Amino acid sequence: MAKALLKVPKTAKKGEVITLSAMFSHQMETGHRRDADGQAVPRDIISLFTCNYDGAEVFRADLFPAISAYPLMSFTTVATVSGPIIFTWTDEKGKTWTEMAEIAVEG
Amino acid sequence: MRFRPVASVALLIAFVAHVPSAKAESIPSADRKSGFDQMGPDTQAMQRDDARNPAMLAVREGEALWSEVPASGKPSCAGCHREAPVTMKGVAARYPVFDAASVRPIDITGRIQQCRTERQGAAAWPRESGPLLALTAYVGLQSRGATVEPSADTRLASFRDQGKQFFSQRIGQLNLSCAMCHDDNWGKKLGGSFIPQGHVNGYPLFRLEWQGVGSLQRRIRNCLTGVRAEPFAYGDPVLVNLELYLKERGAGLQIETPAVRP
Repeated sequence: MAKALLKVPKTAKKGEVITLSAMFSHQMETGHRRDADGQAVPRDIISLFTCNYDGAEVFRADLFPAISAYPLMSFTTVATVSGPIIFTWTDEKGKTWTEMAEIAVEG
Repeated sequence: MRFRPVASVALLIAFVAHVPSAKAESIPSADRKSGFDQMGPDTQAMQRDDARNPAMLAVREGEALWSEVPASGKPSCAGCHREAPVTMKGVAARYPVFDAASVRPIDITGRIQQCRTERQGAAAWPRESGPLLALTAYVGLQSRGATVEPSADTRLASFRDQGKQFFSQRIGQLNLSCAMCHDDNWGKKLGGSFIPQGHVNGYPLFRLEWQGVGSLQRRIRNCLTGVRAEPFAYGDPVLVNLELYLKERGAGLQIETPAVRP
């Protein structure tokens, strides 16, 4: 299954402020719900989201149980060089998922 | 606690009692409105931007499944139907159609299952399972923006009439019909929510309440449970007949698959 929906501009001018957004396919199970048999559904959430670009971490967010399923992150950064923008999601057990998008920077 | 259900029944009776005389006709085409028009601006924005619509994750999965060769080694969907954006265009605007093999109307999901079991030699997916919703959503997406134009096949007429009859039949412990809310009282409020006209132009869709993607049949089963009737099983002919009628009732609207709804 597709794990993430990324929105990254294909091209940008050097120094331009760009908006990035990333939605991740995850149920963000709070641990407070019960299933049809009355059993508690164990907590299972993404707890960390980071974005790396041009050798630096440009965005980091801690996530908590009150955040909805399919968490969406939208933020800005400054376009510096052409190359990959790397998005990483980590759950509480330490499992990570990584998605990447390329940007071409002119000038 | 014992008195809770009684209280809510009394509320509903009060609500129904305020209904003027039931309208003879369903919603005339000039008054037809997609559920989209009644949503808040935030939810509308989610649907407008594909990067913010979680149902697009299902569509992406469906796109991958379209060209995935089944375990039997028989052709994938793409092996026969080629490019979905070309061959599947307008399909969601037209379905359900008449299926000569079963001598009944068949919906898109049913057609995918039929293709899968009979022509691809693969096991049917359970209704409402991830891959089936994904493929239905991907096929539906190809008709986005198309005008709903129900099949004119005359063999469908009797099934459509059955669907129409079901729509206005009182059911469940609350003794309400679909029409009592969606024909007579759309645009008003029930609890805190707007009553939509109940059109079927966006399925499968992402529903905030579900926190997930679901089919029209899931939505109808929700409504049936809401009036405390026993819901029909997924794939039941009654649900397909009802979809057939609802398509005609919403003719002229635009397909929004995959939509977002509260």
